[in-house]
Amino acid sequence: MVTAATSYGRSGVADWIAQRVSGIILLAYFLFIGYVLLSGVDYASWKALFAQTWVKIFSLMAVLSLAAHAWIGLWSVLTDYLTERMMGTTGNVLRLVLQVLIGITLFVYVVWTVQILWGY
Amino acid sequence: MRLPITAWSSITHRASGVFLFVGMAVLIWALDASLRSPESFASLQECLSSPLAKLVIWAILAGLIYHSVAGVKHLIMDCGIGETMEGGRLGAGLVFALSAVLIVLAGVWIW
Repeated sequence: MVTAATSYGRSGVADWIAQRVSGIILLAYFLFIGYVLLSGVDYASWKALFAQTWVKIFSLMAVLSLAAHAWIGLWSVLTDYLTERMMGTTGNVLRLVLQVLIGITLFVYVVWTVQILWGY
Repeated sequence: MRLPITAWSSITHRASGVFLFVGMAVLIWALDASLRSPESFASLQECLSSPLAKLVIWAILAGLIYHSVAGVKHLIMDCGIGETMEGGRLGAGLVFALSAVLIVLAGVWIW
């Protein structure tokens, strides 16, 4: 089993805390975006909102939290179901391949968001 | 499968998390289109008015709502509240009930 090698903080307690901190940041961000959308937006006001530095920082914080949160959460799911005990060596190979794909996807999410925030 | 309500609540939290990992691609795509230009903002609005798009957005919001409510329940339990067997059952039941109400409200907002 090489599950500990692919955890986020290489320690269960570090991951436990990171999962909660990132979760709270994400909840705050989605409540903020939800509130803005419920208040009604047009292109000009939406664009002006995202032109503000604090909104860019909050958004970057949210996508970085998403990357950490998704990594820890999916690690928990994968190391429960795709394991050597459940399906032999296939479990380890399948899990690590999926973790690589998840890592690449999360990296794309982060870079894509950075481009949206600072590129337009 | 006959499982206790606490197990269903836990599995749904996991399933909604996996679903949101994929759903985030849609949300980031929408953020991209909304900020790229006035034209892409308008075409996003038009795209989101189709019944299929509304269904997709509702599904993502439903996942987000359930995952958030269940997440807050975890934070409350981390504080030592509701950690008994009965507290766990009640907590899971409250998560399902509150999420259901919020998901219906989200549906009303979308349509």
